[in-house]
Amino acid sequence: MIVANKGKIKTMAENLSESGAGRSLWKDARMRFIQNKAATISLFILLSIVLFSFIGPYFAVWSYEQIDWNAMGSAARVGMPSIESGHYFGTDDLGRDLYSRVIQGTQISLMVGVLGATVAVIVGTLYGATSGYLGGKTDQIMMRIVDILMSIPYMFVLILLLVVFGRSIGMLFIGIGLLSWLDMSRIVRGQTLNLKNKEFIEAARVTGVSDFKIITRHIVPNLLGIVAVYATLLVPGIILAESFISFLGLGVQEPSTSWGALIKEGAGTISYDTEWQLLFPLAFFVVSLFCFYFIGDGLRDALDPKER
Amino acid sequence: MINYIIKRIGIAIPTLLILIAVSFYLMHAAPGGPFTSERPLPPQVLANIEAKYGLDQPIWRQMFNYLWGVITEFDFGPSYKYHDRTVNEIIGHGFPITLKYGFWSFIVAVGVGIPLGAIAAIRKNTWIDYLAVGVSIGAQVLPNFVMAPLLIIVFTLWLDWLPGGGWNGGAWQYLVMPVIALSTSYMASIARITRSSMLEVLNTNYIRTARSKGLPTKVIFFRHVLKPSLLPVISYLGPAFVGLITGSVLIDIYFSTGGMGYFFVNAAFNRDYSVMMGITIVVGSLTILFSLIADLLYAWIDPKIRY
Repeated sequence: MIVANKGKIKTMAENLSESGAGRSLWKDARMRFIQNKAATISLFILLSIVLFSFIGPYFAVWSYEQIDWNAMGSAARVGMPSIESGHYFGTDDLGRDLYSRVIQGTQISLMVGVLGATVAVIVGTLYGATSGYLGGKTDQIMMRIVDILMSIPYMFVLILLLVVFGRSIGMLFIGIGLLSWLDMSRIVRGQTLNLKNKEFIEAARVTGVSDFKIITRHIVPNLLGIVAVYATLLVPGIILAESFISFLGLGVQEPSTSWGALIKEGAGTISYDTEWQLLFPLAFFVVSLFCFYFIGDGLRDALDPKER
Repeated sequence: MINYIIKRIGIAIPTLLILIAVSFYLMHAAPGGPFTSERPLPPQVLANIEAKYGLDQPIWRQMFNYLWGVITEFDFGPSYKYHDRTVNEIIGHGFPITLKYGFWSFIVAVGVGIPLGAIAAIRKNTWIDYLAVGVSIGAQVLPNFVMAPLLIIVFTLWLDWLPGGGWNGGAWQYLVMPVIALSTSYMASIARITRSSMLEVLNTNYIRTARSKGLPTKVIFFRHVLKPSLLPVISYLGPAFVGLITGSVLIDIYFSTGGMGYFFVNAAFNRDYSVMMGITIVVGSLTILFSLIADLLYAWIDPKIRY
């Protein structure tokens, strides 16, 4: 509390000293975000993880599909993490290098998370903004549809989709994205209802701008703050869903891998004294999720109009 | 209120029908039927089998027959994979198990989550608060499929206190780890929601009034704070229930408890359409029923909602 107050006093002092020069919403938000230590550190860690997943392969001795025949079947004795053998994170039971596998899994999990969130954000924002802006019967019907979709057990439907259309990353993120836009659309609709009676929207309507243009050019840009917050909170949710599916063996298929698949493999062999097979992917998974949640919270504090 | 109930049921029934129709069409859009195998059956045999299961009729007819069977006789048809078992038998076997640990997980999630959140809100910015917030963030990044292996490492491999899997008629030793693994993240969410909504309530004017007129803290808490701050929690119960049921898929696989999830994933790998559909429908009706109850409860508690 004391720290927060200090921050507020500081901003107040800055406000006084630079009175005159106005600050934009985004600049304001950026400053508030930087003052949030947990969020800034999380952002830094997350960026390092992303960077690592791109630079990491250049330091790898083994590629992710190469099999170390020495370690195969005797991972507990030979495949432990060591610098000399080139297996920095050890090997799995098939003798594949866990360092490369973790990097590959990190790339795929993050990609599914970000792409899935993008699909969800685009669909949800447009749907919610349209529903909220048009109002009346259209709004009611559109929101009823969301209500109906919301009470469908979503993981079961996702597994159904994966069984029917084949298990592939593409299907996985389309499925997850298409099913996770529902919350987004509700939030966006609520915000749109607030916005649509503002003067600048009325002005646009009076001058004869089409509904579609008003939604895309005036409503959506004003929603960006809240969209950014929920998109950040959506990514870990989608990564969780993907990992869950992959953990069941229905998601990402070999030779590709993801955090969920790696955790599954590691968890399957815990009784053979090969903890590193679980702990390395698990550490990446847990740390990244932590970071996403903290960044999301930081963004919410920075952008949420309620807090101001 | 009665209008609202009717309206709400009016949504629930089409939802269920849509769920059934969509899953039915998805199943039939799938390439490869339940009887395609590596060694193709003679066409005459295949035709006979398809006639037996009614697969030679047009799709709308099949769907109508299926729906009719489900509604009138609660009959989900035979399993395509295990020819000697009906879907009803499979569900009847797995469902009680899922329900048992699902019920206990729900109790734990609510029974621990709400007090934890409430204590954190009342003692804001003390070590209890920080502990509760820390626990709830930690539990959020440790979903059930991470909790399960960790629990097994600690309680089965290191401490050797609990059996690593199995059901054994639901003896408590076999129930502990599934319930912990399943309930933790929902407990955390419930604690977080309770904390933030209670903080909001504690800052309202009427609570300040109640305090300034000298009401004892206990009375303020139970009479004025508790009810309004539980409203967001109630609206979360629907999604939490869905999550618990979904999580059962993993629990069954990991702890070999033999509930519905086990049969569902098995059916997914075997392309056993009728089992998948039966389970989806049962789970779907359950979630729809539950969100209906949660909504009605919400409307009953919150006097501001009048439809």
